[in-house]
This record gives sequence, structure tokens and C-alpha cells, in this order.
Amino acid sequence: MLEISDLVTTYGPVKALDGVSISVPAGKITAVLGANGAGKTTLLRTVSGLVKSRSGKVTLGGQDITRTPVEGMVRLGMAHVPEGRGVIAELTVEENLRLGGLWRKDDDKAERMEEVYEQFPPLDKRRKLSAHTLSGGERQMLVVGRALLAKPKVLLLDEPSLGLAPLIVNQIFTLVRDLVDRTDLAVLLVEQNAKSALGIADTGVVLNLGRVVASEDAKTLLADEGLRHAYLGF
Amino acid sequence: MKQFLDLSLSGLTSGFIYAAFALCLVLIFRATRIVNFGQGAQAMFTTYIALDVVQRTGNYWLGLLAALVSGFVLGAVIERVIVRPVETGPEINAVIVTLGVFIGLIALAAVVFGNTFEPFRAPFGLEGFQVGDTSINLTPTNVFNIFAVVVAMAALLALFRFTSLGLQMRASAFGQEVARLLGVRVGQMLTLGWALAGLFGSLAGILIAGGNFISPNFMDSVVVFGFVAAVLGGLDSFVGAVVGGLVLGLSLAYVQGYVAPELVTLAALGILMVVLLLKPGGLFSSSVARKV
Ligand SMILES: Nc1ncnc2c1ncn2[C@@H]1O[C@H](COP(=O)(O)OP(=O)(O)O)[C@@H](O)[C@H]1O
Ligand SMILES: [Mg+2]
Repeated sequence: MLEISDLVTTYGPVKALDGVSISVPAGKITAVLGANGAGKTTLLRTVSGLVKSRSGKVTLGGQDITRTPVEGMVRLGMAHVPEGRGVIAELTVEENLRLGGLWRKDDDKAERMEEVYEQFPPLDKRRKLSAHTLSGGERQMLVVGRALLAKPKVLLLDEPSLGLAPLIVNQIFTLVRDLVDRTDLAVLLVEQNAKSALGIADTGVVLNLGRVVASEDAKTLLADEGLRHAYLGF
Repeated sequence: MKQFLDLSLSGLTSGFIYAAFALCLVLIFRATRIVNFGQGAQAMFTTYIALDVVQRTGNYWLGLLAALVSGFVLGAVIERVIVRPVETGPEINAVIVTLGVFIGLIALAAVVFGNTFEPFRAPFGLEGFQVGDTSINLTPTNVFNIFAVVVAMAALLALFRFTSLGLQMRASAFGQEVARLLGVRVGQMLTLGWALAGLFGSLAGILIAGGNFISPNFMDSVVVFGFVAAVLGGLDSFVGAVVGGLVLGLSLAYVQGYVAPELVTLAALGILMVVLLLKPGGLFSSSVARKV
């Protein structure tokens, strides 16, 4: 679904991505793991166009999107939940959600919104409240729900587990896994929390200093003690 | 008692105008963190355009329409052509560019329209209403001014609260990057914000002009008071701008009537300093501390 080939991104003299190639198939979760500073966030930001790549190519469903402006990505079926959640705290919960389905013209938006509320009951109770009143877990629910309202074909998630209690992480990961199994969604999940991520992922890609150092079946990767010790810290 | 009533009425009338002007500053500041020092000069310029239309057609309402339309267009053009290119640099660059707009437009107006005082027609009468056998300090034109500002504010509020466009504008103001990821055309929203601010400023300009004389500098004092009102309100809250405008209008009217007219400007600065000392963020601030 999403093909990343030979992507290079630099910040001045820093080469944050140094020729990264990853394939993100439909109906699967691809986890990108690596330490802080490995280039995970840069990878997602380059794919969604927030950062311009130096070279390389990104295609979505066969279409070249390397130079597509950020605003156009969601219309092509890409949803990106940025690092640090991306809740707009000044808006209400409902307004945040409405932004998710904004560009879509179809008229089942209201029903889809109700579905999100059903999936995340804590949000339902806080519809009219300002989003800054939400807890970390609720914020994560809000941004995931909002991303899903765009009916994406590819979902990019940047460290959804950051700062959340294990129980909430589990709940959100289960929901994503469920969704991927039910629909044909392709998920590119970026995580420092390698253990939890590999628990739900199909494929694991290890990133180190902007390069892919391993790309394996998630179970194989979990079993590979050498790699785990070297790059994943468990 | 009569004096208090009269001062309150005149304070309210000017307060609404300061509020309208403060709203333009807030509209732009909220979205771009730029204080648009050119706002008053823009309004002055479009009031001259309105004057020209009124003189040609003899119709005040066509002049009002011309002011609003030209204010909208001028705001959009300034954002696109002058501000946008420097926006990626440090914020101070954009602010200095708006100072350039301020100076440039005043100079241009002096050349095009002349550096003289021109009378501007009032839409309605300028005689105070009769209550019993005294006339109070509220004219039909004052009533129209207040009415126009209130209607414009209500329309703006409705736009922001109830429409998808308004939601997109707020999202662009508070979370540019997230808004872009969700498909909001943030650049267009910013232009629209500047355009609406231009429209509001032009409204304030033509309302102040009605029944008075205009010159290339006629908006200067309003800019100062509007700015004080906006800062009182916290610079990024609409409610704050309105309350700030009214508080300032009333306070200044009382200073003028009970203390001394010469102290009005000084009093504005005094109020500003006291409020900022007590509440550094202004009376209202809609922006919550952004958590990571
Ligand atoms: N905006 C930026 N400007 C300069 N350097 C950056 C910027 N963002 C990230 N970097 C650098 O790029 C590298 C990769 O960072 P990042 O993609 O955030 O890694 P991760 O998400 O894996 O922690 C790091 O060395 C980081 O310091
Ligand atoms: Mg990161």
C-alpha cells in the first residue's frame, strides 16, 4: 500500500534518514523501532510531507506522493497522528473529531462520529468539553478516533504509547489490531516501546541512526536476542 | 447623574469602536502571532475609498459597502503579497513589515487624497435623543454605530462557532501543523483571517469617520486605544477584545469628564500598565498552555 524507497532527509549537516526503504502492506501493521534519535519521527514526517526529503520516493497505492503537499495527503488516504498526540487543546472534543472528517463529502459522517464515541466511551462523556481537560489516554483516543474519521488507507502512528499507562496502551493497540484485521488498513507504527509494538505488529523494522538495520517478521525479531540487546534495549 | 449618564453613553459608543478595532488585531494575532500595526492605516485608506464613493454617488450605504469590500481585499492582498514572504523568518520581521505598511499607506493617502481634513457624512442624525426635556449624549448615528459593530461581531462569532470554515480557521490558528495533516488549507485560512480583520477595521474606520473629518492620520489614536483594548483582553481572545474595548471606552470617558481631557491618553497607558501588572496575560486568554 505504502512504499518508501531510499528516502534521505537531512537537517543541515545531520542526516536523519540515510536511505530508508520500507514496505507497508495493506491489512498489516508494520512497526518501526529504534532508540531516541534514530529517525523514526523524521520518517513519518517525511512520508506525510511535513519535512521535504532530499531524495528517494514514496508511493501510496502506486501513486507517487513524494512531492504532494501535506494538505493533500489526507485526501489520498493517509492519516498521520503526530508525536505528542496533536490534540488541538483550544477546541472541544467534538470539534477535534469534526476536523477528522472535514474533507470528506459523504453524508454518513454523523454516524461515523457516533461509532468513534462508542469505541471510546470517555470521549462520549466529554463531547462539549475543551480538549485540554482530557487525560493523556483520552487524548490518544481522540487523535486516533479523529484519524479514523478520515477513512484512511494508511495510518501513521508516532509513539502512541508515550507517557501512557500500560493498560491504556494495551487498549489502544488492541483497537488498532482489531481495525487492521477487520478492514484493509495499512498501519505504520513508530515506537520506542518495542516490546508492546512487536506484540501487535506483523513486521518489525529496526532503525538506527537513520538506517534500516533489520527488517523481520515480528515474531522472529522478538526471538532474536542479539538484535534486541543491540538496538531495542530489552 | 446626567453627566454620569452622558459620559457612560459616549464611553460605550467609543468602547464598541475600540472593541471592533481590537478584534481585528486579535483575529490576526491569534492565527499568526503578528501584531498588525498597519491595521489603522488600512482602515484609513479604505475610508478614503468610501468617501470617494459617497461623493460620487451621494449614497452613504454604497460607501459603506465599498469600505467593507476594499478592506477585505486589502487585508488579503497585504497578507499574500507583503506578509507571507517574510513569515518564515523571525516573527519580528513580519511585525516590522506591518509598520512599513502603516507608514507606506499614510504616505500614499497623503499623495492620492491630499493631506487635508475632509468632512465625512454621517448616516443618521447627530442630534442627541430627547428624554423629557433634556437631550442625552446619544445620537441616532451613535446607535447605528453600536448596532453595526454588534451585528458584525455576531456574524463573526457565528462564522467561528457554527461553520466548517470557522472551525478550520480556528484549527489553523491553534494547531497549524495538525490542521494541515487533517487537510485544512492553512494558507488560505490565514489569508481569510487577514481579509476579515481588514473588513472589521474598515468598518471601525467608516464608523469613526461618520460626522467627523478624516485625514491620513485620523485613525492614529484609535489604533493606540484599540491596541490597548486588545492587550487588556489578552490579545488572543475575542471576548477579551470586546470587554477590553468597552472597559477602556468607559474608563476614558470618565477620565475625560471627571478628571481632565488632557489625561485621556495617559490614562489609557495607566490602565494598561495596571492590568498587565496584576494579570500579565491580560484579562482573558483563550490559549491554554500547550501540553506536549
Ligand atoms: N527539526 C530538527 N532540526 C534538526 N535536527 C533534527 C530535527 N528533528 C530531528 N532532528 C535530529 O534528527 C535525528 C532524528 O530525530 P527523530 O526523527 O526525532 O528521531 P526519533 O523520533 O527516532 O527519536 C536526531 O539526531 C535529531 O536530533
Ligand atoms: Mg520521535
